[in-house]
This record gives sequence, structure tokens and C-alpha cells, in this order.
Amino acid sequence: MKNVSVTFTLNGDLVTAEVPATWTLLKTLREYFELTGTKEGCGVGECGACTVIIDGNAVSSCIYPILEVEGTSVTTIEGVADKNGALHPLQKAFLENNGVQCGFCTSGMIMSAKALLDHNPKPTKDQIRTSIAGNFCRCTGYVQIVDSIEKAVEMIKEKK
Amino acid sequence: MSDLLYVGKNIPRTIEVDKVTGRAIYINDLKRPGMLYGKILYSKYAHAKIKSIDTSKAEKLPGVRAVLSGYTIPDVRVGFLKDQTVLKKGVVRQFRDEVAAVAAISEEIAEEALDLIDVEYEERPAVFDPAEAMKEGAVLIHEVDARGKPITSNIIPLPWKFKAGDIEQGRKDSAYVVKDNLATTWVNQCCMGTSGCVAEFDMNNNLTLYNQTNVPFLDKQRITEYLAAIGLKGKNVRVVNVTVGGSFGTKLDTDIYEFISIQLALKTRKPVKILFSREEEFRALPPRQPARFTIEQGCDKDGRLTFRKCEALLDNGAYTSWGVTTPSVMMMPMSSLYRVPNVSFEATCVYTNNIYCQAMRGYGNPQATFAVEVSMDRLAEKTGIDPAELRLINSNKSGDLTPMRLKITSCGLEECINSVKKSLDWDNKKSKNRKRGLGMASLIHVAGGARVYLSDGHGIMIKVDQNGHVDVLESGTDQGQGSPTVISQIIAESLGFRPEDISLTFGDTGLCLWDAGTHASRHTFMAGNAAIRACESAKRQILQIAVEKMPRLIKNNVKREQKKNPNFLEPELDYDMISDPEKLDIKNRMVFPKAAPDHKYFRFEVSDILRSGLHVGIGESKVVVAEAFYDPPTEMLDREMKGNLSLTYAFGTTGVEVEVDEETGKVTIVNLFAAHDVGKAINPTLVKGQIYGAAYIGAGYALTEEMLVENGRVMNPNFRDYKMLTAKDVIPVEPIIIETDERDGPFGAKGIGEPGLVPTAPAIANAIYDAIGVRINDLPITPEKIITALKEKKKQD
Repeated sequence: MKNVSVTFTLNGDLVTAEVPATWTLLKTLREYFELTGTKEGCGVGECGACTVIIDGNAVSSCIYPILEVEGTSVTTIEGVADKNGALHPLQKAFLENNGVQCGFCTSGMIMSAKALLDHNPKPTKDQIRTSIAGNFCRCTGYVQIVDSIEKAVEMIKEKK
Repeated sequence: MSDLLYVGKNIPRTIEVDKVTGRAIYINDLKRPGMLYGKILYSKYAHAKIKSIDTSKAEKLPGVRAVLSGYTIPDVRVGFLKDQTVLKKGVVRQFRDEVAAVAAISEEIAEEALDLIDVEYEERPAVFDPAEAMKEGAVLIHEVDARGKPITSNIIPLPWKFKAGDIEQGRKDSAYVVKDNLATTWVNQCCMGTSGCVAEFDMNNNLTLYNQTNVPFLDKQRITEYLAAIGLKGKNVRVVNVTVGGSFGTKLDTDIYEFISIQLALKTRKPVKILFSREEEFRALPPRQPARFTIEQGCDKDGRLTFRKCEALLDNGAYTSWGVTTPSVMMMPMSSLYRVPNVSFEATCVYTNNIYCQAMRGYGNPQATFAVEVSMDRLAEKTGIDPAELRLINSNKSGDLTPMRLKITSCGLEECINSVKKSLDWDNKKSKNRKRGLGMASLIHVAGGARVYLSDGHGIMIKVDQNGHVDVLESGTDQGQGSPTVISQIIAESLGFRPEDISLTFGDTGLCLWDAGTHASRHTFMAGNAAIRACESAKRQILQIAVEKMPRLIKNNVKREQKKNPNFLEPELDYDMISDPEKLDIKNRMVFPKAAPDHKYFRFEVSDILRSGLHVGIGESKVVVAEAFYDPPTEMLDREMKGNLSLTYAFGTTGVEVEVDEETGKVTIVNLFAAHDVGKAINPTLVKGQIYGAAYIGAGYALTEEMLVENGRVMNPNFRDYKMLTAKDVIPVEPIIIETDERDGPFGAKGIGEPGLVPTAPAIANAIYDAIGVRINDLPITPEKIITALKEKKKQD
């Protein structure tokens, strides 16, 4: 199968991937760019573990065709901390409030939450729950994930 | 113990920063040089004869490196009762039977190769109902046992019979008796990270298995036995855990895919990864054991329990994993939840052509407690005693010896019941509101180890280097519960260091000492106790170095002072207070005399002490290394299934308020209070995390989760059709932490991994009854069942 060439912005860098046209964004991230922080939990867009942000929107990368990525800006969990390695308030809050247990859903969970906070810096609890409704977690019962996102909101507010 | 610096504090999970930055390596992410991808071909029938397997087309596909079947690998039996082979030969007995396996250079090619394998089957009659399978003349699932002896019945010969006291006497002493049938079904553990491993042999045929097991050492043992049986006797097996994407019991057994990856790696001489798809996770991973109960209970006119008699029927499926051993845990609530003098429990496990089962959080306890606690509510109704009061009348107490010979040490059950009552405003709200209802249920569970193997031990090794960094070889595993944080808190506290000074390696049989496994809510208790003991030794070693080297360090400091200030006079120092390790202590990395903790000259950073002990010349250098092996003084169950298998027990009560929409059958949980006797919360935020998560799975068990298995086939192998609760299904769990300061626990702690799940479903079931006056006795309690039951009730009214 012939490879296609797809150029897009990945975590702030302009990149080009040469991959089979049938590949998904998830496969390209994991196999081509070796960014394995984005996880596959179901492969059919049902569990949210593979969530990344494309042009500001949280999407399931496991069902996102790579050809659709041309010219977009993609952020993955690896691009959430700043270039100096300082953690994003969401990452800090997840560690401080037990928003992470096994961690398998965490990348996707943080990306969904980040997409929300980037648009809406003062979300209600209900908006927070809606933003992660497509992100499944088997460990936490979601309570401390919601806590973590609320704490991150406060941290971001204080920083400003 | 109020001066604790780290234990009891909400230390953040900073040590796990890799998990929030995408850097943690799960099995999905692990790539070894030259690695191949393995895929498994499963049976097309629930029961059939394999007439032929033709793998020739698959073998010719470019990129395929090996195709194996039951006809090309040694015929070695594996599993708890050694009732199956790795790849099946002759007969398939369930849809998930592994018929062939492929290793290829990519997952896609491996999958393509599976399609090219031709298997010819001759379908056989099958049996899917354990009650049918028990009957004489039923289709036999197995013809011979592990020793080749003919089998004449599908009933598995297992010793699940428990008797204490005299049931007939208990019956005579009863003023009230209730009898009920209850059932629970298959539910999937639904780890977000699916199953998988990477097997890799070196050129000497020693095996490294990168895995995500809960039981590295038992895994190693089983695989070592398997290797010996296939002709690789004496070869080493190193099991190395990567970051584990959840377990909930799935990683307690050595699964068939592990053996298959080993066979493929052996055949190809390359590392081979097998990673399940989500569909495989639903179809080919053993879920929670279903059970049907007939339970009878009585009490006297004052509400004191007189007897409890229960018979359980378990659908074993076609082979045995840990599912059939769940009755050993069911016995605990059956015999010991509340004081009951006369007990009989008998479980029958029957082979069928269904999927087989294994462990899931709580083992058999959620199933059995569902039966016991619904029965308790029924008894309360019959006697006219308030259900909470009935539970208080019969509550376990500290110092009790239960009919199973469990020795109850600390026991917070009464406090749990009372605190839930208070939180729910039970006395004012119970049975008062149509459509709203209250219910409660309690639990007992092992919380101080569980002697299910002859050794219930846990080993730990600690080394402290010259920079004052602490490396810990921790024999357990972390599947997300937060052990890196909790164990580092315990070590920091015990050693006088800070949590950030500590690095831990988990679950590597090549480095760590034996551990029976991270199961049975035992890890904090066992590893904590082992860590405290190892820290005592390491601390003593550091203080011994301090006693030897401090005088010289002090002299050096004085000299330095004199260099700066020639008039400086050496002060009169009482060297006696640093003359013995007993007289010294360490806190926050500072070594100091107990008699004068802030002493200007006698206070040293620990790395100064450690370096002074190391860089001293030939023959005198000292390194600090300590190990401890903790194996609690508990008992294996005897032939009568009695014995104190845990050093302490967890108690808890869940109280629920529900609202039921009688039109739609929808149940809304308005309040859920989960009170747990945790002994001591080492890290309250993490303890709450265990309770939140467990209660959530418990609520799903009660209301939504069920694997639909039709004629042996899983019909809903995906998250769209298998209904886990999501962030939008708000379950307002409020943990209530009761601390009883368990004398044998590390800093007073008990295990809390499983308890939160156990009483959730019966508490919800009891609340639903309180709301609508009908009982649904088979889980899950779906809207359809509620509407049907309400219609039925209307007809009868």
C-alpha cells in the first residue's frame, strides 16, 4: 500500500507523516511519532482513552482518519506540560486529588478536560461531567476526577 | 501518634507523574527489538469436535513467522484443575476456546493469517444451564480428568461444604424464618487497559515475560512448571510488570494467552506480544463468577439470628480458573457477617459450555453478601424490627470468634451502621416516602492478608545509598491503587526520610523477594508491615554508622569553625548522647540525639553520615541494605473450611437512598454513604478513591452491568452494549472513614481495596424495595425488571 503524506501541527511543531492512508490518527501518533501517551481502550470510539485535541476540539483519535488531519493543529497529552516540563494545572490537580489511579484513561481524560477549560474557564460541575461523559474510567468512580478538574479551574484562575 | 509527618496525610501522587504526562509504559506501549505480534483464533462453536486444522495457507502469507495449533505444540494441561490445554485439540468446549495462534511482523498480517486457517468442526450438543448440566444424562463437557480418569458428571468435585452448629436446633429456636432465591450474573472487570504480555526468550531459553499480573511469583511458578512440562526444565522465568492499566481481579490467574505468547516466542525466537482487543477482553477473558443462591435465615423473637442455611449453584463454564474457588470467600460472609450460631453453606460448581470465570474485586463476597443482606432485610420485615436495628442486634464485635473461626480483632461495624443511619436520617425517612426508599447492607472481608497459599508472605528490600536516596524493591504490584505513594509514606515515616527520597520497583521476580500477590485487599497491610520491619533494620544500620562517624564529623566542624574564627573554643560536648544507636533518631533526613533534637553540633544531614560511612578506606566501608519478610501468624482453612485466614477483618456498611420512577423503572441514587472501618487511613484521599471506585462498580453491578451470554456466546462485547456507569450517571458516593487503629496493621491500617464494592448492590436492592414494595432478586435490577415486577404486583393487588 502506498503511503500518504500528511502535514499538520503536532504539539506546536510542524510535522509530516508518511503513513498508509488507512491509518488512524491514533495509530500515526503511536507508531509513526512514537507518542504512546495516547491510549487505545476500545478502538471503536466508545471509551475516550484515545482523546486528543484537534483545533480546539476533543476527538477520539482511534476513529479519526489520518487524511483528515492535514493542516490541523493536534495536541496530545505529551504537549500539555510546557516546553520546560512544568505541569499544566490539570496534570497537577490530577496528582493532588487522586484523579489518576491506574492511569490508562488519564491522558484522554485530561485532554477532554483541557478542551473544555480552553473554551470555558469557568465550567459548572455539570459541564465538567458532560465534557468527560465519553471518557470511561473503571478505577475512580469519577468523583475525584471531577474534583481534580474543579481544582485545576481554581489554579488557572489564581494564576491569571 | 499525632506527630506523624507523612502517615495519615493526603500526600499527592507526585511519584506517578508519568501517568499524567503520557510517559508511563503500559503493555500496549512496550516494544522490544524484533518484536512480533501474536493473534489467537477462537472456536466457532460452543461444543464441537475438531475434525481438522489446515494452517498451510496462513503459513505462506508473507510476514507470518509462526502458526501453531493444538496439534503442533506439546499436549500439556494447565489451569487450576488442569482441565485444559493451551491450544485445543480434539474438542472445543466453549466459544472462547483457543484453537490456533499466529505470530507475524504486524498485527494486521497476524489477523489476516487467522482468516486463512481452515478448521473443520463437527458440532456437538451443548449445555448452558448449570441446573441442566447437573442432571443425569446431560451432555458431558469433559470425558476425563487431569489424570485421565473417566468423568461421569459435570459436577466438579470440590470441597465447598461448610457446617457449624446445628441447623435443626437453630430452626427450632426460631420465631421467624425467611427463605429466598437470589441470583447474580456475569459481569466484566472492564479494565481500561486490555490484557496482554510480551514473551521473550534469550539464547539459553531463559524467559522474560513482560506482564501486568497481580501475582508475579505465582505467575513465575506456573510458567516454570509449564516450561518444565514442555521440555525446558530448569530454565529461569523472569516476570516483569509494566504499568498496569487496571486489574480488578483479571490478573490473578495465568491466562491462556500468556502461554500462547510463550509458545510463539519459543517457536520464532523473537519477542512476541499478544494484546487483546476490547472485543476479546469481553469474549475471551474470564469475568466475575455468577451464582444462584437459596438462602434461609431465622431469628428468635428478639431478632437474634438463630441459623443461616444457603445452597449455591455456580456455572463453572467449560474450564476452571479462580471462579470455582469463590465459594471459599463466600463462606466468610455466610458464616461470619453478623453473629449467627448455626450455619450451613454448600456450593455446587458445574461444568457447562459457557465462558469460565475468575476473580473480580471482592472475589465471591459481593455475590454472597447480596444473598445474606437481602435475606436480612426480609427477616427484618417479617419480625417487624427495623432493618438497621436487626443488624445492630446481631453486629459482630471485637473479640468474637466466628463459626468459621475468624478471630475478630478491631471491629467498627456498629459504628459503621450507626453513622450510615445518621447520615441518611434513617429513623425519619425509612419507609416514609413512596417512590423514595432507604436501604443498607454491611460487609466483612479479609483485611490483614489472606492465607490461601501456604505462604501468605511479602518480602521487601530497601537500600539507602550514600546520597541518602532510598531504593525499594517491592514484591507486590500496583494496578492503580496508589501503592507507590502509600508505601513511600510508610517508609518515609518509618525511616525518617521524605517520600520524595524514595523510588520503588514493583513486581519484578528478577529483583524482588516472594510475595503471594496483590490480591485480597492485602497489599498495604502486608507490604506496610514488611516495610516497617525493613526500615527498622535500615535505620539501625544508619544510626550505627552515625555513632561511629559522628564524633569525627563534629571534630571537623569544630576545626572549620576555628579556621573561620581563631578565637573559637571547642565547646564542652556531651558525647554520651550520641554514643548508642538507641540514643539517636532520624526525622526528615536529619540524624540527631533524642535527648537534644535541635543540638547545634549533634545534628547531621543523613547523607553526610552515609558518605562518612562509605568513603573510609579498605575494610571499613559500609552500605545500608535491609530486607524483611513478613508472613502473618494466620491459619490455612482446615478440612472443615475453618481457620483464621486473615490477621484482621474489614467491616463496613453502605446506606443508600434511591428514587424510583414507576413509569420508566429508572432508579436514581439520591444518596450513597459508604462507612468503612479502615483501621487507619494512611492516605485519606487515596482511601476515599478506593471507596468511590468500588462503590461505582458496585452500583453498576446492582443496576446496569451484565454480560449477555446466549447459548455460550457473549452478545454484548463492547462498551456500547455493556453498560458501565459513566461520569454522567452521577452516583453521589460519600465515604465515611472509621478508624479503629488495628493493632496488627501498619500504623493501624487494614485493607480497603475490595470492601467498598461488596455491600453496594444489596444496599441498593433493599432501598429499591423500600421505595416500590417489590423485590428484584436477580442482578442487575434493570428498568425492565422493575416495570415487569410492578405490573405483576398491580395484578395481584
